[in-house]
Amino acid sequence: MHGPPSGRRSAAPRGREDAGAGGRLKVEGWRLSGGGRCQGAMSFALAVLLAAGAAGAETPPQRERELVRLVRQDCGACHGMTLAGGLGPSLLPDALRDRPAEALVQTIIHGRPGTPMPPWRPFLSEPEARWIVERLLAGFPTEGQTR
Amino acid sequence: MRRPALWRRHVGVAVVAVALAVMAGGRATAAEAGDGDGLRGTADLGIVIERAAGRVQVVDTTARRSLGAVEGLGDLSHAHAVYSRDARYAYVFGRDGGLSKVDLLTRRVERRVVQAGNSIGGSISQDGRYVVAQNYDPGGVKVFDAATLALVADVPASYGEEGKRSKVVGLADVPGNRFAFALYDAGEIWVMDLADPRQPALTKYRDIGRQPYDGLVTPDGRYYLAGLFGEDGIALLDLWHPEQGVRRILGGYGKGEDKLPVYKMPHLRGWAVAGRYAYLPAIGRHEVLVVDTGTWQEVGRIPVQGQPVFVMARPDGRQVWVNFAFPDNGAAQVIDTLEQKVVKTLTPGKAVLHLEFTPRGEAVWLSARDDNRVLVYDTASFAVLADLPADSPSGIFFSARASRIGF
Repeated sequence: MHGPPSGRRSAAPRGREDAGAGGRLKVEGWRLSGGGRCQGAMSFALAVLLAAGAAGAETPPQRERELVRLVRQDCGACHGMTLAGGLGPSLLPDALRDRPAEALVQTIIHGRPGTPMPPWRPFLSEPEARWIVERLLAGFPTEGQTR
Repeated sequence: MRRPALWRRHVGVAVVAVALAVMAGGRATAAEAGDGDGLRGTADLGIVIERAAGRVQVVDTTARRSLGAVEGLGDLSHAHAVYSRDARYAYVFGRDGGLSKVDLLTRRVERRVVQAGNSIGGSISQDGRYVVAQNYDPGGVKVFDAATLALVADVPASYGEEGKRSKVVGLADVPGNRFAFALYDAGEIWVMDLADPRQPALTKYRDIGRQPYDGLVTPDGRYYLAGLFGEDGIALLDLWHPEQGVRRILGGYGKGEDKLPVYKMPHLRGWAVAGRYAYLPAIGRHEVLVVDTGTWQEVGRIPVQGQPVFVMARPDGRQVWVNFAFPDNGAAQVIDTLEQKVVKTLTPGKAVLHLEFTPRGEAVWLSARDDNRVLVYDTASFAVLADLPADSPSGIFFSARASRIGF
């Protein structure tokens, strides 16, 4: 139920990852599973870091407001508007803290086969999903706020 | 028909009308306005859930206006309501486990309990004496005295050898002061009999299918259906022949094709039945499945614009209205049940979450959450009859539900 996603294009964690100061992700040693297009672990990690940085720097405030509403209202359809859980599990910081942040990002992007969690890839970029995970781990904003 | 009879009848009608007018005196106007003598009925009232504000509006479907708001109902995301058998009180079930008894006439919260950590709805017994809540956490159902909201029985949805607790979905009242519901995590259907309300008797049906997500009872109270999310098909229990157990219908309706992603769970209730057919949302397909309730065979599929969420027959069964999951939730479509196809596509607003027909179906109310309004449509002409402000409206529940089985 709580394993990493098994989607074709998903990334599986191999090294260390945590939500560092300010919620910014620090990720080392990721590999792509099953896709046959593995790049060097370090260059992928670099790409992740750059993407994370780009999310922080480049998600415009208007888009951040849209993301907050999307999470509260549409993710909230299953996870509850307070994100304390419903048919889907709780998304409160205490419930997510022990989960690898990158696995959460991949779950948002690719969904989780065998459960009702759908892939949000058509509506969210990876940096946006990463921004959502950072905010979830820090305590998600209510509508009208972005952090 | 012969002339004298017709003549006599007209005179008769006129005499009765004059007599009523004399008796009523000056009160006719006051009665129309619903005040004056301070009395009014509730059969044309209802509530609109304002999900983010923890509030409901009490609405009048004759005047097509809000009569006022009732506050303090907690977290009303995924709220549900049922009515007392006199249709005066709405029992509002909140996501946070709150169960509130709201008086439509005084617009006050008469009673309120917080009965669980995470709840998704409830039901009321055939005799109106017991209100039952269905809960995700702790997984199970609870029975309350409808008058006082005092706890009468607590039924944990425990399953398997370890006694894990399942989320409960699809709770519906069925005849005989019984209730049917499904266990999402366990894949079971339970029927609970309140003959002795403090010791509910349970009949359990196991292995009914993977991840039942909601249930419905047909308007005659005979069949209970649980929709399955984890596989293609629907579990069917004939309550007149419980010894036959649960059987599967519509097995493999997806024929092994990849499912489309589902961004909101569909909902099932007895409103799915129009005449001899049931109209059911497909899971992961942009289709409404048409099932013959005589044979329980699929007889057709109707392509629609998105993943259906609510597939609701107008009370006369001539139309079926459909709303959709994100990202197609700005539309509603109307199926003509004679033609078996979509005849109208409406765009009532952003995030159309729910709809409810007036008791005889001349109008339908739709909530447009992200436009903060409720729209009332004429179901014959599709003209907008009213446009009412509401704060993130979701569920709309009219008091006519008081007299319907399985609502």
